[in-house]
Amino acid sequence: MWTGDYSFVLSNLVKKDFKVRYRNMSLGVLWSVLNPLVTMGALAFVFTKIFPASKEPHESVFLLCGLVPFNFFAMAWNTGTSSLMESYSIMKRVTVPRELFPIATVLGNCVHLLIQIGILFAFTLGSGLGVNRYWIWLPYVWLMEIVFVCGLAMATSAINIYIRDTRYVVESLNAVLFYFVPIFYSHDRIPKQFTELVHYNPVAALILALRNILWKGIAPPPDLLLRLTFCSVLTFVAGFLIFRRLKAGFFDHM
Amino acid sequence: MPVIEFQNVSKCFSRTGGSKLLRVFLKEQLQKRNHEVFYALKDVSFRVEKGESLAIIGSNGAGKSTLLSLVAGLTLPNEGRVEVNGKVAALLELGTGFHPDLTGSENVMLNASILGLSRKRAEECYDAILDFSGIGDFIQQPLRTYSSGMVMRLAFAVAIHVDPDILIIDEVLAVGDQAFQAKCFDRICEFKKAGKTLLFVSHVPEMVKHLCDYSIWLEHGQVKASGTPGDVLDAYSGNG
Repeated sequence: MWTGDYSFVLSNLVKKDFKVRYRNMSLGVLWSVLNPLVTMGALAFVFTKIFPASKEPHESVFLLCGLVPFNFFAMAWNTGTSSLMESYSIMKRVTVPRELFPIATVLGNCVHLLIQIGILFAFTLGSGLGVNRYWIWLPYVWLMEIVFVCGLAMATSAINIYIRDTRYVVESLNAVLFYFVPIFYSHDRIPKQFTELVHYNPVAALILALRNILWKGIAPPPDLLLRLTFCSVLTFVAGFLIFRRLKAGFFDHM
Repeated sequence: MPVIEFQNVSKCFSRTGGSKLLRVFLKEQLQKRNHEVFYALKDVSFRVEKGESLAIIGSNGAGKSTLLSLVAGLTLPNEGRVEVNGKVAALLELGTGFHPDLTGSENVMLNASILGLSRKRAEECYDAILDFSGIGDFIQQPLRTYSSGMVMRLAFAVAIHVDPDILIIDEVLAVGDQAFQAKCFDRICEFKKAGKTLLFVSHVPEMVKHLCDYSIWLEHGQVKASGTPGDVLDAYSGNG
């Protein structure tokens, strides 16, 4: 039996992820800042010059409210899915709890998330949209997104050990999802019969909540928060159960 | 109470083995026939009492590593029963989790945490680990600048500080120069003197004779001979 220290392993794995990603780059952590800015710039160009009809006021804030959560989600889910396979050499030799790998990878992505949230705040304040009392909801809605990705990453990383194509399925899903969550369009443009459905997707729910809080300066509707919480927690539990079910066979399938 | 007990243990792997591509997976599901299995271990029984040391010898692919991974609790047997009492540390392959872009000291902490050291104990041991490895000032450099001998020395230094009840050593003593090998060997002798259990895979007869009380010879996953290291080694070398 492994008798080590969960938080010690977790903190070391998170540090490793972060250091390894940036140590050999001349711009280092600055890439975390540049990445969303580049995408935002491109989208802003398309929607002011090519489709001016879709232009929203304070559009940098509008776009970042969609891009920051989506970037984090896509990145964390992709890297989380391959996390177990990449820890192959460790899993072959040490009985360290396997759940730690996908969780550590998701948490490693949270470091970038913090930087990107910083940009989002900078743009919000810079556009003259002030701080309001609904900001106290922000930590909660972000936490739910992290819980949601952890659940997904546990499930898909475990399945990826059995069927290696899973990684690519996840990548494709992320690419498709970019168009199905309201990143570059407003939620009002979604046809009536689908609007309810969108709320059950925690990524979309988070984006809508962020736009309510930061962009419109109103409270996020309670039923939106409820659905966000319900779907995120449900996904986490399901992911954990799938992982627990599959982990006994990891060694034999590597 | 035995420290390690195997009762009629068998372990098999599917021949297609390992993780699959979707194509292979679907084909197997559709055809539904029993896929071929390969027995890595078949009907193996032995027991090791507290303070005893066991050597496992056999040619490549005889099932030694599978046996060790069962003891380490990495996988479960398909048949039979495996009982292990005590904390196991396996030096199955050194440097588990080492990353070339991290510095020596970052790797020490990462490796120590994965092997099951608490934060407090890892910090306490840090100087001793550094001292044992003999890496010196290089410890703040990325691991990719190390020679392979230095990487192994650092890895061994971390591994021996885990302080287990059962130490599994899989042919890792061919590490570093002679002076370092002697240091490792002393350390293992100390460990044995402390009344702990050693499980040892090696092809070096002198080492097996010196360190172990008992030995088994595996061939194609089955126990071909067992007894004192001298007898088993004679039979093994006689068989070629």
